[in-house]
Amino acid sequence: MATNADAGDDELQFRDPEKAEQLTDELEALMDDIGEPVNVMHVCGSHEQAIAKFGLRSILPDDLTVRMGPGCPVCVTNMPEVDEAVELAEDGKIVATYGDMFRVPGTEKSLADARDDGADVRVVYSASEAAELAEEEPDREVIFFATGFETTAAPTAAVLTSDPPENFSVLSAHKYVPPAMEVVAEMPDTDVDGFLAAGHAATITGYGLFEDFVEEYDTPAVVGGFEPIDVLFALARLLEFIRDDEAGLENAYSRCVSEEGNVPAKETMWEVFDTTSGEWRGIAEIPDANLVISDDYAQFDARERFDIDVETGAADPLTEDCICGDIMAGKADPDECELFGEECTPQDPVGACMVSSEGTCKIWLEYGGQPDI
Amino acid sequence: MSDTDDVGEDVTDEETDGPIITHAHGAGGEQMTELVETLAVSQFEAAEADVGLSALDDGSVQPIDDEHSVVVTTDSHVVTPLFFRGGDIGRLAVSGTVNDLAMMGATEPLALTSSLIIEAGTPQLTVERVTESMRETCEEAGATVTTGDTKVMGSGEIDTLAINTTGVAVVPNGGHVPDAGLSVGDQIIVSGTVGDHGISLLSEREGFDLGGDLASDVQPVNDLVAAAMDAGDVTAMKDPTRGGLATVFNEMAGKADVGIDLEEQAIPVSGAASSAGEVLGIEPFDVASEGVVVMGVASEDTDAVLDAIRDNPKGEDAAIVGEVVEDHTGQVVLDTGFGRRYLTPPEGEQLPRIC
Repeated sequence: MATNADAGDDELQFRDPEKAEQLTDELEALMDDIGEPVNVMHVCGSHEQAIAKFGLRSILPDDLTVRMGPGCPVCVTNMPEVDEAVELAEDGKIVATYGDMFRVPGTEKSLADARDDGADVRVVYSASEAAELAEEEPDREVIFFATGFETTAAPTAAVLTSDPPENFSVLSAHKYVPPAMEVVAEMPDTDVDGFLAAGHAATITGYGLFEDFVEEYDTPAVVGGFEPIDVLFALARLLEFIRDDEAGLENAYSRCVSEEGNVPAKETMWEVFDTTSGEWRGIAEIPDANLVISDDYAQFDARERFDIDVETGAADPLTEDCICGDIMAGKADPDECELFGEECTPQDPVGACMVSSEGTCKIWLEYGGQPDI
Repeated sequence: MSDTDDVGEDVTDEETDGPIITHAHGAGGEQMTELVETLAVSQFEAAEADVGLSALDDGSVQPIDDEHSVVVTTDSHVVTPLFFRGGDIGRLAVSGTVNDLAMMGATEPLALTSSLIIEAGTPQLTVERVTESMRETCEEAGATVTTGDTKVMGSGEIDTLAINTTGVAVVPNGGHVPDAGLSVGDQIIVSGTVGDHGISLLSEREGFDLGGDLASDVQPVNDLVAAAMDAGDVTAMKDPTRGGLATVFNEMAGKADVGIDLEEQAIPVSGAASSAGEVLGIEPFDVASEGVVVMGVASEDTDAVLDAIRDNPKGEDAAIVGEVVEDHTGQVVLDTGFGRRYLTPPEGEQLPRIC
């Protein structure tokens, strides 16, 4: 049975260092009760950002490991999907995409490489900004290379249902979180004692979505927010479940997340998108986890409108040594990869985890990972 | 611009197959440092200098007689839009060079040069508005332009206007301040709120109206630096322009072979830049300020220097933000108020995040 709790009353409280200290003491006490190491997986790049940016790993109990799973939609975008966007850009069309997607390597090129070679690639903040771009450039085809989980899929859907310009289309690389969590939970050598569920995606889907998950996999989950206090508070609730050996579900982000989520956004999303199975980079072929544009909106589907002919060339041989998949499955930390910070850097990424600011490797490189300081 | 097809027959096939210069090379960070090493440092013989090319400091310092040294710095400026909240390319071109001189300890510019490269089709009155702003900023900084150059390029060959300014000043021998001068125990002072220029421009380019408080801080700070140097022993200085605070602190720590410990909550960041940065997914520490100086100060002089800076309205937000330590040599550790983490320099272009 899900319960509702929240970490503080107003915004400033979520960055209160004193409160953080109380929560850290609580975490220590809970770990003492549990008496053995605990592995928590979170599935959202913004959680990794918050943990790294505020230096939270340096204050967590030593035997509490918090790792990021497949929580970065950009990271799990498959190379051929990037190749499609690159091909459209090189074919003289305007390709608009989120900044995160800009440097993600395809088989041979990223969109940033394509821009350096003269293609017209624009960085936008939203689907509606891409649609506005199409209005400003009526003589050009404008393709929005759309990526992200439910949080960005719903806004893409909202643009498509509100009569966008005819020269606008969407190349969807949108992903759907719940099936990916199931795949990770089912992996034989995954060792996850509890999930810190993504507050952003849950804002749309509602936390009720996780009821079946916790029951089926007998693993507790807590929906958490993204301020330092949110994260620490959610971890404390999760440790309580683990201590009590209870596969419970709790919403620790009730100021944004409800049980049923954002119903109109969900309706719009499912009007525009269907699910299909697809390869998540570095993880597996995941059933029903890719969002593709439904037949009703086929005229805005770039894959229907254009003949995209992606040749699968030889990938960078270094990708063989890349352990992105293990990192996203929660089986390894970035510094266990021999390419980390050497051959693989944000400027010249081998694996996708190094590309996005949501990617574990990039975040570890940027903020120093689990520093002994 | 980096499309090699357009460069003409001067480029050989062998060169085309070699490394290609991309936008990332121009964005500061490691790639840029490597490029500068290749294009400049390794090409020219080291001159007799207290601070030469290989120091990669804000400018050079060379003795000219037994008592004096000449300080030279140069900078090219391009910015979109030309006129932005809080300033324009003219104010930026003068402030940038005056400040680079000041960062070397040369707070009285002797002469400035100004080279304008203008795209054909640009209204003359627009360029006049820029040069008018340059004049006003020169007056503010006690500087003047003594020579210059004007070139016009074809339409589409350059984006409206680029300005190169070079600055020259004379300091007493040994009176300069290198960026490599930090030593253990020095206190770190930041003279004003950081990231305003970068965050304001990024939000303006994105068309975000985030209220009236957000504007570029572009301004000459040579007066501020002069006051600080009069008040105490300033051991190292830098202005956190491209690459922001994160980049300059790492450079200063690396060059002096020391560590730097910072208190995040002491670092001045305006409320507007802080919230805009969160919306944009950009860290204020990673983007440019154009009217701020960071300096190391001998610990016994810290209060006197801080007071001197705060006496100037440009320095009213100045704060002691950390200290130079023996540990973690070459690295910068940030105490966030929650935990500790490394503050690392941003790499490449700053790209916004989605979630």
